[in-house]
Amino acid sequence: MLHIVKKDVPKTREKIIVRVLAVLAALAVASIIVVFAGANPIELYIGIFQGCFGTIHRFAATIVKMVPLLVLSLGVMIAFKMRFWNIGAEGQFLMGAVGTTLVVRSFPNLPLPIMLLTMVLVSFVFGAVWLMIPAFFKARYGTNETLFTLMLNYIALTLVTALQYDFWKDPAANGMPKIANLPNNALLPNVSGFNLSILMAVIIVLAMYYFMNRSKIGFEISVLGESENTARYIGINVTKTIMIAALISGGLCGIVGMMQITGVSGALSTEITGGLGFTAIIVAWLSGLKVPFVVLNSFAFAVLLQGASYIQTAFQIPGSVADMIQAIILFFILGSEFALQYRFVSDKTKSEVA
Amino acid sequence: MALSAIFSKGESMNNDYVVKMENITKVFGKVKALDHVEFSLKKGEVHAILGENGAGKSSLMNVLNGIYMPDEGQIEVKGQAVNISSPKIALDLGIGMLPQHYKLVDVFSALENVAAGSRKTSPFLNKKKILDEMGKLIAQLGMDINPNKKVYEMSVAEKQSLEIFKVLYRGADILILDEPTAVLTPQEIKNLFKIVRKMVETGCSVIIITHKLEEVMEISDRITIMRKGTTIQTVNKEETTPQELAGMMVGDVMELNVPYVAVERGKKCLEVKNITAIDRNKVHILDHVSFDLYAGEILGVAGIAGSGQKELCEGIAGLYHIKSGEIIFEGENIVGKNPEKISQMGISLSFVPEDRLGMGLVSSMDIIDNVLLKDYRNTKGMGISRVVSRDKAEALVERLNVSTPAIENHAVSLLSGGNIQKVLLGREIELEPKLMVTAYATRGLDVGSSQIIYELLNEQKVKMKPIMYVGEDLDVLMGLCDRIMVLCEGRVTGIVDPRKTTKEAIGLMMSGVMSEGEETCSIS
Repeated sequence: MLHIVKKDVPKTREKIIVRVLAVLAALAVASIIVVFAGANPIELYIGIFQGCFGTIHRFAATIVKMVPLLVLSLGVMIAFKMRFWNIGAEGQFLMGAVGTTLVVRSFPNLPLPIMLLTMVLVSFVFGAVWLMIPAFFKARYGTNETLFTLMLNYIALTLVTALQYDFWKDPAANGMPKIANLPNNALLPNVSGFNLSILMAVIIVLAMYYFMNRSKIGFEISVLGESENTARYIGINVTKTIMIAALISGGLCGIVGMMQITGVSGALSTEITGGLGFTAIIVAWLSGLKVPFVVLNSFAFAVLLQGASYIQTAFQIPGSVADMIQAIILFFILGSEFALQYRFVSDKTKSEVA
Repeated sequence: MALSAIFSKGESMNNDYVVKMENITKVFGKVKALDHVEFSLKKGEVHAILGENGAGKSSLMNVLNGIYMPDEGQIEVKGQAVNISSPKIALDLGIGMLPQHYKLVDVFSALENVAAGSRKTSPFLNKKKILDEMGKLIAQLGMDINPNKKVYEMSVAEKQSLEIFKVLYRGADILILDEPTAVLTPQEIKNLFKIVRKMVETGCSVIIITHKLEEVMEISDRITIMRKGTTIQTVNKEETTPQELAGMMVGDVMELNVPYVAVERGKKCLEVKNITAIDRNKVHILDHVSFDLYAGEILGVAGIAGSGQKELCEGIAGLYHIKSGEIIFEGENIVGKNPEKISQMGISLSFVPEDRLGMGLVSSMDIIDNVLLKDYRNTKGMGISRVVSRDKAEALVERLNVSTPAIENHAVSLLSGGNIQKVLLGREIELEPKLMVTAYATRGLDVGSSQIIYELLNEQKVKMKPIMYVGEDLDVLMGLCDRIMVLCEGRVTGIVDPRKTTKEAIGLMMSGVMSEGEETCSIS
């Protein structure tokens, strides 16, 4: 019989080697699918690379894909640091976008800088409230935040559907169920594809790095996540800390909603999240809840996303094949985590040790 | 032996012993949990294992139940030499242990809990068959179990009955009960003993771990006394007295090198008046506890584990709800205040909790961050600075000789137990507290580390700090402390001067015998 035994903490070098091997193995397995799809795997992988870095515009597209994922991952990271399982980033994202659209509809003629600032603020509040509701119930009544945040996703999605198909439906769209595009004074300015959200993301990353490592409340969140008993022991106000963490976590996810519709999609719709709120959970977790690794992993995911969309057009392969390649790589990387933390021991060797 | 054979209704002399354990030794790291222990169980007897905390009672039973593999020694079960490498194998041999923490599925009924994990059942659940079998066994034992009652509707005693039943249903005829009475009311204890007697009548043999003398005298046929990992003696109940047992349990006064420092005690600092607290099972875990604590003294707190020591410490620190009574510190009542409020009142209180890694420290953080835990509020503004904490951490490692590869990026959980405790205690002392409360400060520590801890505490005492020291080793308590308060089931059974009393007297107080009040240094 084989037993699974926990290993010692792996060294950084071992971690890197195992992960690189995992990606290589994933590419090898994915090659089989690529061959069936009628393409040459090597050429295709080079194509992914070119699709991401080939021209300045493609690189800009990669970075623009990275930004929402990065900010969402930072958002869920804070909650996760506190062992508060916020899997409602999708909903907070959508609510942020709803808030943004509400600002534009209410004050359509604001000058661009004021418009952008107002939108950032309102989207932050919308996202934050969407997470502070479950946080309040968790802190006060001990409800399960996992289910609560998950279910709020569907409420947010249904709300957006209602807005899109009814309340905010654009009368000028010839009956198409869509919400009107944002006016120019509500769009993020951009330079050859690099839009202002990149700058915002840089600021958020720096702020979050400081917050997690150098701020009192960030420290309290870490302590609370590790042990509620210790938090109480050193006199941390548990309820207050949960609420603040939820404010920032949900708020960041809300801002992504603003970035996405003002910088990428141009209008609120049910499609804007593209499941990024869930991908962010994977990114945050793979990064060990550390800001620098969140940046790195968000970039890696953005490369996969951008590469996938490029090879669809360049190689005429179906989008589902690109998705499968992505999924296989992810699967292998997640699987390699197991190899990093555990090893197999047979009964025989175990009894010899004992 | 012949005498007890009559009592144990031995059917035939040759298979008299159902369990024989010889020379059992088990070492954890440097600690010898069991040191050549001998134990035997006769068929049809109730055999009590008596000893203080850490005497090795549970370790020995874990060996018998296949949870620990002994490093040395032989086990014979029903005349066969056996190698018990898992609880499943133990059960195959008919040995079942009642877990200290019940493992029942709350939303299942008694019947479903019995069926789950029972190897008698086929893949399909034949409720009727199990119900019949259960009914027979229940009637036989005179138990009060309703097979259809859900576990979450049951009292602690009912859950315990169900656990016992589960073990019996799975075919065990050697039953190990680990501190079964700790959670029960006196009435429930009576019921439990009734069931135990019925079990013995039906041919089971029962081992009962306890440290309550009166229960031992009531239920057992033979008694094995353990102390510090060794068996002291096995005696027949008829041939002994509670006093003799208490003496064997605590041992002779050992010459321990615990330095007592004589200090003229100062003013009264802490006054605890009649505090009462209730735990989750609605038991009075603290029952009208009153005592005073003076500057420049170490007040020892002795008692069997779970007599309210933890709740008393946490109650003073503002972490456990005190239902009634007052805790007056420097003229102010701190009952009902949380740690944040207490520190805002300017009361710097050092509490070294029993659960070092789960409460006192953050196990995944390094030494610097763990020092920072008590310091970070001192930095102005929103940010924190690790500069001061780094210096403090370095000084702490240097002064207490903490062996660690690094103070940064090296989780404290990776340190040894002694070093973890040095970090915790060192940090608390560094705060220059007005009051120190320590719970089991030297538990699990080797002699050298313990020595350092005692010296640190004495140093604080010389600085006229009031110190409360909750301990379990009576030798240490008697050596170190100025006064010893004994708790039993949440009540104070005496506050004595260790230099004017005996270990036996304290041992009896720990078992619930009230001090006769000849020594009343608490009322000065």
